[in-house]
Amino acid sequence: MTEPILKVEHLRVEFNTRRGVLVAIDDISFNVMPGEVFGIVGESGAGKSLTGQAIIGLLEPPGRIGAGRIFLNGQRIDQLPYSEMRRIRGKKIGMIFQDPLTSLNPLYTIGKQLIETILTHSDMSAQQARQHAITLLDEVGIPAAEKRISHYPHQFSGGMRQRVVIALALCVNPSLIIADEPTTALDVSIQAQIITLLKRLCTDYDTAIILITHDMGVIAEISDRVAVMYAGRLIEVGNVREIVKTPQHPYAQGLMDSIPSLHHQAEQLTQIDGSMPRLTEIPTGCAFHPRCPHSFDRCRHQRPDLMETKSTRVACWLNENGN
Amino acid sequence: MKMETEIKKSNQLKPNPSPLLRVTGLKRYFDVSKPLLNRLLEGKPRMILKAVNGVDFEIAKGQTFALVGESGCGKSTVANLVVGLHAPTEGAIEFDGIDMASVTSRARMERLRRRMAMIFQDPYASLNPRWRVAAIVSEPVRAFNLLKGTKAISRRTDELLVQVGLSPADGEKYPHEFSGGQRQRISIARALASEPDFIVCDEPTSALDVSVQAQILNLMRDLQKEFDLSYLFISHDLAVVRHMANQVGVMYLGLLCETAPADVIFDNPLHPYTRLLLETIPDVEMTGRKTAPVAGEIPNPIDPPSGCAFHPRCPLANERCRRERPELKMEKESERVACHAVEENRLEG
Repeated sequence: MTEPILKVEHLRVEFNTRRGVLVAIDDISFNVMPGEVFGIVGESGAGKSLTGQAIIGLLEPPGRIGAGRIFLNGQRIDQLPYSEMRRIRGKKIGMIFQDPLTSLNPLYTIGKQLIETILTHSDMSAQQARQHAITLLDEVGIPAAEKRISHYPHQFSGGMRQRVVIALALCVNPSLIIADEPTTALDVSIQAQIITLLKRLCTDYDTAIILITHDMGVIAEISDRVAVMYAGRLIEVGNVREIVKTPQHPYAQGLMDSIPSLHHQAEQLTQIDGSMPRLTEIPTGCAFHPRCPHSFDRCRHQRPDLMETKSTRVACWLNENGN
Repeated sequence: MKMETEIKKSNQLKPNPSPLLRVTGLKRYFDVSKPLLNRLLEGKPRMILKAVNGVDFEIAKGQTFALVGESGCGKSTVANLVVGLHAPTEGAIEFDGIDMASVTSRARMERLRRRMAMIFQDPYASLNPRWRVAAIVSEPVRAFNLLKGTKAISRRTDELLVQVGLSPADGEKYPHEFSGGQRQRISIARALASEPDFIVCDEPTSALDVSVQAQILNLMRDLQKEFDLSYLFISHDLAVVRHMANQVGVMYLGLLCETAPADVIFDNPLHPYTRLLLETIPDVEMTGRKTAPVAGEIPNPIDPPSGCAFHPRCPLANERCRRERPELKMEKESERVACHAVEENRLEG
């Protein structure tokens, strides 16, 4: 049994506001195994990006980790001082953001940015670092890497920029990459290229990826396991095949059914009425109960934890008896 | 049941004698040159961006025509041209048999304009944050003088809000008090206010989450049935297009490369670009499949490739594709395709 590369236990993220403490992420736990693509999916406001920020230690104040523990390779990282966390970021955890334009510095050539990152986190010479940077650019599929290394970010197209960002994240062989909506800003044909690239790198470098996205299609395409989030909680975790084909949680079912199909035209799309609750007014019990077609009395009062079923782990009272 | 669908199909295929909207040879160029002085000093030529470079299509009454394509292909420019937010460089737009360019009197133009409306992509940017929802929704009613008296107008506003699934009390609120999906409902109510026959929808759901998207798409289809609306539906999401459209046009760099009834184009796409689009969409029903994404990117529309604009990325390109631009030709009974490979029967499979 291999040890998980990342262990998140009972993580809770809070915001202090004038109206009191808002709980944005409420008691979530999951493991990420080496070399796997772990998808976190949910609609806007579900807390998926915050989960990524909490892991990498980049929560914007007033957001803070209220409770819980995060382990990377067995080392606890949620309480590390800023300077030590800085060394872990980049070296052990890489990050890919949604907008490739804002994650690159427009004033420096991409070569300078790559080489600087490599030099900070390893003891290569400047010459070796440059060579390594060119290899990386080549690896992520940038043609004529030797020449392109001295270009500025604005000289690249959106898809190429995202490749540069991926090269940056890979610089020092991190064991975990957190990719937050890496393809949302890209066109579909370019998105397909980036997805294939991520998947290949994951296998080649044996890097684990946490893929945060709202797009079930992207998740289905490359994830191994998936966690579905709703209102700051995990409501279902399991293998991608089970989550996509036979989701157990009523919200996950609604989410899957509301995606229009490419293969047949339905008269009506299944819709989940209502919308995700605001953080200030999260319902008691199961957060989904006001929108749930199957809710009963217990759902209104008592919050379900993730429970084992035959296929996935589900936080829903309907599954209490293992149905 | 089978006969019914067959009748439906034959209806779709018949060339419509008087479509609600007919667009012929539509072109729109933008001058993106540097200022004159820079051109003289730096010896730079004039630069013309051919955003839309000759597009023809028709939309029948009560039908949905969808334009799909990647960013920069000119689909939003077509939407803006059709409602008159841009003037065409060349070509004609006929609405209900009337050539829009021939209408010179303001009053007649206003009568035509009343019958068209638009829903925009970003529900945060398209509603005035300083106006109450009731004022936003009733603006077309007041602008076209459709009703007299505040009482009648407010009754109409309430009715519109109910039609899109909001409550009359919501009229008193401001846009910031609503979520993205509810804001898009407000946009739809505003579009319905002038009782149009034709609504241009420019990516109406791409800013929304999937569960909310489903609500909005269902609403739009219900309203279409109820009021016999025609839609020009612009989207980059093929699954949404499949759900909404009767006819689909695929655009690439300012040109239509394939247009056909929705069933035909999804079940049997001919143009290599349409095939690429359909193959590269991540698909929840195909989890775990192996994909071979097509290399290359969308070329710069200021300097498009010679011949067929798609040839640098096309697996079937040959010498002729590099030289000669393919025309949109009838292929089979209902499908029009602009591709030399299709014409020469070089498609495999």
